[in-house]
Amino acid sequence: MPTDTALQTPLAVGRYNYDSVDRTFLRERIEEFSDQVARRMSGALTEEEFKPLRLMNGLYLQLHAYMLRIAVPYGTLDARQVRVLARIAREYDRDYGHFTTRQNMQFNWIRLEDTPAILALLAEADMHALQTSGNCIRNITSDEFAGAAADELLDPRVHAEILRQWSTRHPEFTFLPRKFKIAISGSPQDRVVARFHDIGLIAKPGEHGRPVFEVWVGGGLGRTPIVGVRLRDDLPEEDLVAYLEAVLRVYNEYGRRDNIYKARIKILVQALGAEGFLEKVNAEFATMDRTKYRLEPEIVAGIRARFADPDFETLENDPPEFRQARISNPAFDEWVRTNTHPHRIPGYISAVVSCKPAGGIPGDVTSDQIDTLADLSERYSFGELRVSHFQNAVLAHVRQDKLHDLWTALQQADLATANAGFLTDIIACPGLDYCALANARSIPIAQKISSRFANPKLQQEIGELRLNISGCINACGHHHVAHIGILGVDKRGEEAFQITLGGSGEEDASVGQILGPAMSEDHTVDAVARLVDLYLTRREPEERFLDTYRRLGTAVFKEVVYAAA
Amino acid sequence: MPLLEKGHVIADRWQIVTDDAAIPENGPVLVPAPRLSEALGRASKDEVGVILTPDMEVATLRPAIDRLSLIALTFPVFRDGRGFSQARALREHLHFKGDIRATGHILPDQYDMLLRCGVTTVSIADDVDITFWQKAMDRYTVASQPSILDEKSEGHGLRRFMK
Ligand code: SF4
Repeated sequence: MPTDTALQTPLAVGRYNYDSVDRTFLRERIEEFSDQVARRMSGALTEEEFKPLRLMNGLYLQLHAYMLRIAVPYGTLDARQVRVLARIAREYDRDYGHFTTRQNMQFNWIRLEDTPAILALLAEADMHALQTSGNCIRNITSDEFAGAAADELLDPRVHAEILRQWSTRHPEFTFLPRKFKIAISGSPQDRVVARFHDIGLIAKPGEHGRPVFEVWVGGGLGRTPIVGVRLRDDLPEEDLVAYLEAVLRVYNEYGRRDNIYKARIKILVQALGAEGFLEKVNAEFATMDRTKYRLEPEIVAGIRARFADPDFETLENDPPEFRQARISNPAFDEWVRTNTHPHRIPGYISAVVSCKPAGGIPGDVTSDQIDTLADLSERYSFGELRVSHFQNAVLAHVRQDKLHDLWTALQQADLATANAGFLTDIIACPGLDYCALANARSIPIAQKISSRFANPKLQQEIGELRLNISGCINACGHHHVAHIGILGVDKRGEEAFQITLGGSGEEDASVGQILGPAMSEDHTVDAVARLVDLYLTRREPEERFLDTYRRLGTAVFKEVVYAAA
Repeated sequence: MPLLEKGHVIADRWQIVTDDAAIPENGPVLVPAPRLSEALGRASKDEVGVILTPDMEVATLRPAIDRLSLIALTFPVFRDGRGFSQARALREHLHFKGDIRATGHILPDQYDMLLRCGVTTVSIADDVDITFWQKAMDRYTVASQPSILDEKSEGHGLRRFMK
């Protein structure tokens, strides 16, 4: 056992801290990739062989350039890591980076020859691009308010880290039928879209103080959107790894490999039926050597010890400075109402930093903005920054009496848009501007909608409304789970858009229903305006768009869009 | 075809029986699964191995497992990872102690993973550079999940040293 563990002091808050063993692994992994590149160059690897290997290292070939997707395990970064991302954006990309729906950061304009230097930079900050692509277990995602939210029952990040380690270069599950995505939450408020993941886990306290897990399997979006099925309600912590092994074994063995559109675990669960699938998992779970995979309390404690807790002060909720600032500054008050989330510790609050300015590209941030986020995380949130699956950033542990200062600084960096959860807080995939699979461009229509509804008063009036955009049926923009979903299609060689209504990725999970025939970009933007108008006139008190839609049904919404066209 | 064991080329002492060729009366034979009982019925009682295709259930070998010395897994393409699960299941569920051989389209990059799933030999093409395989076998000193090799835990979290 190495005596020099090389842990950084003080430990970074909110994420697993590397020691020399973790760094050794990372170095070995980078050497492996460099070797693979060299073997591709020499012809020892064919392009067909190299591609999956490069994907598992986060390197994609897009329409115009390589894209490198950096892993942000459970969406948590420390300030030093954030600065590395800013540097990559500045020196190797076109001065910006892009937050993804899997809480990662991707760079869309990378040159292949720069990747070794970038990977080395990342490694210096204990970062990598591993398993952000490819048919393996992907980066584990979690709640952007983990460890902070007042409604949370259990901080899921220690278990997210356990699953990250377990799934990293897993010897058995690195050549799966298709990609495999796991999300974990510790709150009854599902902020991780657990029911639409290959495996969604919801952690909660069990009887003897040790966590238990709800296990949802076989959810997914793409061309076959399906809500997952709940296999377990109370999986004990000690069986977490064993049970996931069992699920993955069944998938690896029986998942389809003849058709990539039918290769996700959701198709297998549907084919076998929830009962049939559960039977197979249970059979494996019952016969496997469970002691070997048992997650002992000491293992969990060891990993937990690598997480530093913020050094919270004893404060009062709603301090006078905070109250006064809200009264004297309505714009600040509005931002507090939309862009914050209650914290479990009195006197603290979590702030959502919107990366969706009016008319902007959802999730894009400039290198200067990234540096600003690093600075602000140090000044206001114990040096910790999170990425949310809504493609925003989160400062999770802000003192309420300092929130106005933070807001002022965010304003100067154009990061204070008060629209979290509103119509302009759009999730959009890269679409035809970058993606080789796209039917249509997602970004321009997102920008048009964002500009059209930019008026803060109007957005407040409309209230919570989730609008997501995907450039093709692969649904990377999560349009199926949006209240209003927009899907790019190809209509006789023209870019066109289909609208879906009524999706939700939360506890009331549902898949949006297609409203009618596809329309041009401008007609689609007009249609959104008409849908919103109808909602505003027909809603009952306290109803969100989604509630009104569910109460009234599709017909009236369809009529208002297509009768007028 | 050369056979790789622990990073070194070894002689293949097995006679491989293709589809409906006659099974030799003597010596170790490796046969397709449908012909297993025929091979086991040989008067000589010499060693028998069986070729498993990726779509076959490992459990079907259970009745014969004690009489098998070799099980060959097939990788139609390196991306098809079913063989990894088959190898692990042979070791973990059937407690198979004999040789597990990986055959087909396999990359050196998969070598240490195959070993960790219980594979012992790999059949490689004549023209491959063995050094890639040796490098792949030796590259990693750390892993973070239990495996068939039972690498000892390092005492922190899930990690274990492979060397
Ligand atoms: S949804 Fe389609 S267009 Fe958008 S990123 Fe995914 S594959 Fe590309």
